[in-house]
Amino acid sequence: MIAHLVRSMLQGALVILTVGLIAFSMFRFVGDPVATLAGQEATDADRAELTERLGLNDPFPVQFARFLGHAAQGDFGISYRQARPVADLLAERLPATLELAVLSALFAFVFGVVFGVYAAINRRGVVANAIMVVSLIGVSLPTFLIGIGLIYLFAVTLGWLPSFGRGDVVRIGWWTTGLLTESGRKSLVLPVLTLGFFQLTLIMRLVRAEMLETLRAEYVRFARARGLPERRILFRHALRNTMIPVITIVGLQLGSVIAFAIVTESVFQWPGLGALFVNAVQFVDIPVMAAYLMFVAFVFAVVNFMTDLVYVTIDPRLKS
Amino acid sequence: MNEPLLSVRNLRVEFPTRRGILTALDGVSFDIAAGEILGVVGESGAGKSITGAAIIGLLEPPGRIAGGEIRLKGERIDNLPADGLRRIRGKRISMVFQDPLTALNPLFRIGEQLSETIQLHTGMKPAAARERAVALLTDVGIPAASRRIDAYPHQFSGGMRQRVVLALALAADPELIIADEPTTALDVSVQAQIIGLMKRLCREHRVAIMLITHDMGVIAETADRVAVMYAGRIAEIGPARDVIKNAHHPYTQGLMGAIPTLVAAAGRLTQIPGTMPRLDAIPKGCAFNPRCPHTFARCVVERPELLQAERSRAACWLHAKAAI
Repeated sequence: MIAHLVRSMLQGALVILTVGLIAFSMFRFVGDPVATLAGQEATDADRAELTERLGLNDPFPVQFARFLGHAAQGDFGISYRQARPVADLLAERLPATLELAVLSALFAFVFGVVFGVYAAINRRGVVANAIMVVSLIGVSLPTFLIGIGLIYLFAVTLGWLPSFGRGDVVRIGWWTTGLLTESGRKSLVLPVLTLGFFQLTLIMRLVRAEMLETLRAEYVRFARARGLPERRILFRHALRNTMIPVITIVGLQLGSVIAFAIVTESVFQWPGLGALFVNAVQFVDIPVMAAYLMFVAFVFAVVNFMTDLVYVTIDPRLKS
Repeated sequence: MNEPLLSVRNLRVEFPTRRGILTALDGVSFDIAAGEILGVVGESGAGKSITGAAIIGLLEPPGRIAGGEIRLKGERIDNLPADGLRRIRGKRISMVFQDPLTALNPLFRIGEQLSETIQLHTGMKPAAARERAVALLTDVGIPAASRRIDAYPHQFSGGMRQRVVLALALAADPELIIADEPTTALDVSVQAQIIGLMKRLCREHRVAIMLITHDMGVIAETADRVAVMYAGRIAEIGPARDVIKNAHHPYTQGLMGAIPTLVAAAGRLTQIPGTMPRLDAIPKGCAFNPRCPHTFARCVVERPELLQAERSRAACWLHAKAAI
C-alpha cells in the first residue's frame, strides 16, 4: 500500500516537473524578456547588465532549476502587465475559482450518483429514460452555450438571478467568500450549474453503466440467493463496487473543473483564475501564464493523489 | 417415502423473446426427500441451472414460471410475492454457485458477509452472529477461523472460498441447498475435498442437496438419486447406482458410454451423434428422437411421460411396451 502511494506521489512530481519545463520554455520562445523589460532607450551596456542580473547568461539547466526553486516557494516573478507579484494575483483570484469549482463538483457528484443509480435501477422506466435523454444534451452541448442559455432564461427573461460577477463577498483572512451574502449565493447559482452540468451528466452516465455492470455480477446474485433485502443489495453491496471506477473519473474531473473553469468564468465574468489566465494570454503576460500552468499541474497531481488515497480506503485488495 | 421436502410438478419455464416464446423447461417433475442428495445432470443448456433458479425464484428476467407447481413441505412457493420468496431464500433454501472467485463481494470481509446473513435470518445480535460465523467457518474446514473471519475474499484460495460460500449457504440452517456446479471451477484435488465436505454437511446438518453438475464422477460419488435432463425435460430419474450402471433411457445410455474408464481403455469412446436441439427447434414427440438409435413411429408423434423402468423412471416409449 505504501509503495502504491509513493508511486502515485512520484508520478505527480513528474507531471509537475514536465509542466514546469513547458511553462519555463515559454519565457524563451515568446519574445525576449530583456527587450521587453529594458525598453527602447536602453544602451547595450544596460541590456548586458540586465541580462546578467536576470541570470539569463547561465546555462539552461541552472535557469530551469532556479525557476523551479522559486516556484516551489510560491515566487513566480512579476506580472509584465500589472507589475505586481504573480503569486499575489493568484492568491487574490484563487478563492473565487475554488468556491465555484468545489461547489460545481459537489453538485455534479451528488446529483450524478443519485440520478445514475436511479436510472440503473429503473432501467425501463419513463423517468429514467427522460434522464438519459437530458444527459445526452448535457454531454453534447458546449459549456458556453449552456451558460448563455441559463443567463437568457434566469437572468434576462425571468430576472431571478444575476448574470455576471460574484456579488458581495465577505473577507475572512486572505480568503473571500460569496456564500455568506444573499447576492453572493445568488451569483453562484448559474455559474455552478453551468460548470457542473457536463460533469453531472458524465458521472451519471458512468454510474448507471457501472451499476448495471455490477448488478450482473455473481456476488449480487449470491446476495439475492442469501435472501438479503433488495435495498441492502443495491445500496450496500452493489453501490460500493460501482463507486470504485467512478471515483477515478470523478477525481480526474475534479481536477479539470478547477483547472478549466476558464470558459464558465469568461461567460459569467467571474473574477477567478480562469479570467486572469485569459487576460494574460491576450497581453502575452508570460509569468502569469506560466504560474497558471504550474498551478493546474499542481491541482491535478494533488487530486490524483487524493483519489489514490480514497481508492486504498475502499478497496481492500490494494492493501495487500 | 413420506412427504417430500421439495416437490416439483410439471414445471414450465418460458423466456419471451422478440422472435417468440422459448420454452426452457417443459413438464419437469421430481421430488427431493429431506436429507437427500439429488444429482441433476445433462449437457449445457439442458435446463439444469434454470430448474435450480426457478425453485429459488431467481430466474433472470424475462424468464418466468409459466406453469406447474413447486412445493416446499407441501406449501406452494412458486407463486409467492417477491418478499415472501426472499424470506425463504437463504433461510430454508440456499444456493451455491459455480465460481467461488466471483460469488463473494470483494469489498467486504467474509465475517461481515456471514454476519449479515445470520442476523437477517435468525435475528441474532452481532456478537452472537459473529460467534456462529466462526463456528460455521470451522465446520466447513477453514483453519484458524476466529482469525480468518476478518479476512477479505481475495485472501483465500479458490477451494477455501468455496468453503466460505458453503458456510454462507448454511448460515441459517436451511433444509435444502441448491448447488449449481459447485466444483466445476476448482482443481481436481480440491473438487474431491469440497465433495467430501458437502457429503458430510448433508449428513450432519440433515440438509438436502440438489447437486447440479455435468460431471458423472461427482454424481457417482455423492448422489442418492439422479435426474438426467435433456432439452428442458427429465429424461430419466432414479437411484444413482441404477442410472449409472443400468440406464434405461437411450440418452442416459449414450451419456454413460461417453465416460472414459481405465478398465475399458482400448478403443474409442462412444459418442451420441448430433447435438441437443435449440430451444426454438425441439422436435415433436420425444425430444431425443432425431439422435436416438431406437426411434420408432410413436417417438415422433407422442411425447413420452416418465414411465417405470425397474427402480428408475424413464421418459421413453421403449418402456411402455414392457409395462403393458
